[in-house]
Amino acid sequence: MPPTSDDPDKARRFREAALPHLDDVYTLARYLLRDASDAEDAVQECYLRALKHFDSYRGPAMKPWLFAILRNVCNAEYARRAHRPSALEDTPGAAEQTPIWQESEASPETEVLRSRDAGAIRKLIEALAEPFKETFVLREINNLSYREIAETVGAPIGTVMSRLARARALLRAAWTAEEEQAK
Amino acid sequence: MTCDEARILLHALLDNELDAGHAREVEAHIAGCPGCAAELAAQREMQRVLADTNLRYTAPASLRARIEASLPEPQRQPSRRSVLRGFAMGSAVSALAATGIVAIVLRQDDQQRILSEVVSAHLRSLQAGHLTDVISTDQHTVKPWFNGKLDVAPPVIDLTAQGFTLVGGRLDYIDARAIGAVVYKRRQHVINLFVSQTSSTEHRPPKTQTMQGFNCRRWGERGLNFWAVSDIGADELAEFVDKFETAMKANVEG
Repeated sequence: MPPTSDDPDKARRFREAALPHLDDVYTLARYLLRDASDAEDAVQECYLRALKHFDSYRGPAMKPWLFAILRNVCNAEYARRAHRPSALEDTPGAAEQTPIWQESEASPETEVLRSRDAGAIRKLIEALAEPFKETFVLREINNLSYREIAETVGAPIGTVMSRLARARALLRAAWTAEEEQAK
Repeated sequence: MTCDEARILLHALLDNELDAGHAREVEAHIAGCPGCAAELAAQREMQRVLADTNLRYTAPASLRARIEASLPEPQRQPSRRSVLRGFAMGSAVSALAATGIVAIVLRQDDQQRILSEVVSAHLRSLQAGHLTDVISTDQHTVKPWFNGKLDVAPPVIDLTAQGFTLVGGRLDYIDARAIGAVVYKRRQHVINLFVSQTSSTEHRPPKTQTMQGFNCRRWGERGLNFWAVSDIGADELAEFVDKFETAMKANVEG
């Protein structure tokens, strides 16, 4: 058989293994990059790289593997931004104005029960400093175990635990500070 | 335990990441420390609010489409060139498939292809709502459920006492045939045990292969082919197969 014939099969296996995690990968990219269109570019680049290395992929689980690739892409993006610092600051509201990712808003009744709506909490999380934000999102939103987080970010589990504790303490402090202001 | 340690470990307690011994230590500290107890309560409350809030983003359809388009795919809208190539290759393959000759052509790749199908079926089962058609930890519920749906009902054996919890059963398709999948859990890990009928009654010893990060252990026994697939380690999967085989032998002889 010609060597090209296994490409569609590889693509099919890759599609079945990697595409179910697209929302997870995009979610992490949104929190890390704080910008909808940068996140889209990063996720696309992540999937291209993942496909390229899919033959040599032997684990860990697919989701942490994709996250680890996305982190590398995002680090390159951070470096790019560092050279062009004005790129982000010029359009602070752009991400929020992009309607395409907007979830259905919580109904007024449930908003009374919650101290913050999703948009406000997302902003608080986005504002967390690295590496605390990354650890927090991987655990609380992407539902990774401590071991998987450790594999994804390449740090010992003890480091993951202290970062997570710090992230939650920072988030709660920011949260209560906002509530004080609102009074 | 100091408060500094407890302030870190209480998060692991909240996340169910502590073993029983450490959990008891943290709980003991918190029971005697109002400050840490208040912190745990506050963090638990925050976690509850966060869990009730949708903090996830949904990837735009345009992004999904862009990624899909970057993957080579035979079914995609054919360009003029790929139509020509399709005549050269695709139609030849489908003509072969129609005559059944493709089975012979592909025979040597069969095992690899079926392994890939088994892993794909395992992956599909992990998507929300796809794991089980019948949910039960009782083998006497799962076993009759398969009857009438398949030519041969797979052996359903409860291995909860051996550390592998039976969670249910499912119909799946491997090699274009309906086959039974019996679903087990080890901690949070899913094990799919696929069972299909085979004409060969000889015993084929278990063999482990790895694909896409999943371990697959396959063997043959009494006219049945088995594939156990999971992301647990190869040693644990071998343990599962051993326990299953032992229990099945006991069932047959007992």
